[in-house]
Amino acid sequence: MNALAATTAFPFADYLVAAIFLFFVAATVGGALIAALSTRIIRGVSGLALCCIGLAGLYYFLNSPFLALMEILIYVGAVCVTIVFGVMLSETDEVRPERCKPKSYPIFGFLIAVAVAGAVFLGIAQLGHGTPWLNPSTPVTADSWKVAAVGNALLTTYSMAFELISLVLLVAILGALAIARGGRDKK
Amino acid sequence: MNHLLQLHQHVGVYLVLAAFLLAAGIFGFIRRRTLIGMLIAGELIFSSAALNFMALNRFTAPDPTVGQIFVLFIMGLAAAEVAIALSIIIAVYRNYRSIQPKGLSDLKG
Repeated sequence: MNALAATTAFPFADYLVAAIFLFFVAATVGGALIAALSTRIIRGVSGLALCCIGLAGLYYFLNSPFLALMEILIYVGAVCVTIVFGVMLSETDEVRPERCKPKSYPIFGFLIAVAVAGAVFLGIAQLGHGTPWLNPSTPVTADSWKVAAVGNALLTTYSMAFELISLVLLVAILGALAIARGGRDKK
Repeated sequence: MNHLLQLHQHVGVYLVLAAFLLAAGIFGFIRRRTLIGMLIAGELIFSSAALNFMALNRFTAPDPTVGQIFVLFIMGLAAAEVAIALSIIIAVYRNYRSIQPKGLSDLKG
């Protein structure tokens, strides 16, 4: 069932698996910190890409190589590249001292942001770590983790949602074209 | 030491990590001074929700296809959101010559 079950005769397989897991966790945490804290916007996009690569590794540890592939394909390949195009088409530097007037309490907003984010993190982490999560009552078979099971469910049980999200994507593309086109006429 | 080696088999690790991603996203959403920075922070919040779904799907759900399909839909909605938001940002930049949310205080009436 587990894609990374270390039952082979390789001597340090457990240590290797733990090291790879810690590497992906560090990539996720570091990428999120870079994305949230950096002042240059292009570094923020790079941090988001690093965070998504770490998340793809975590999805692989969560028994879903399909989602790991989709994470890299959609987030790193599409979303981050699109944001980079948006950065190139507009002027994005946050540090412009000649236009920013000095604020009266510059540390105040930072403290509020830290307090809100810290409270959210502590509360949800306490909730997630302290709750005794139950195992599923019926044992999960290895067949239901395969990509074929996902494909079957997408075309039978969730076919309506599958069609609707394609409609959402179509409307989003048309809307994006219309909005970006409409701003051009006013110049 | 054995506990540390089996760290990837505990649901709490993934949930704490998802909470950290959510907190980083909220922090970036408050602190960023450009619209694209806020968009990146929003992507972090999306990723936190997806990781939460996948962790609970792996460890507690009886049918593991549900969480994978849900996370796939989250990714699709995030891609649609990025397309719309970037086109709005470009339209805003054409009108205001700036993408700082501080300056967007005019309504067309």
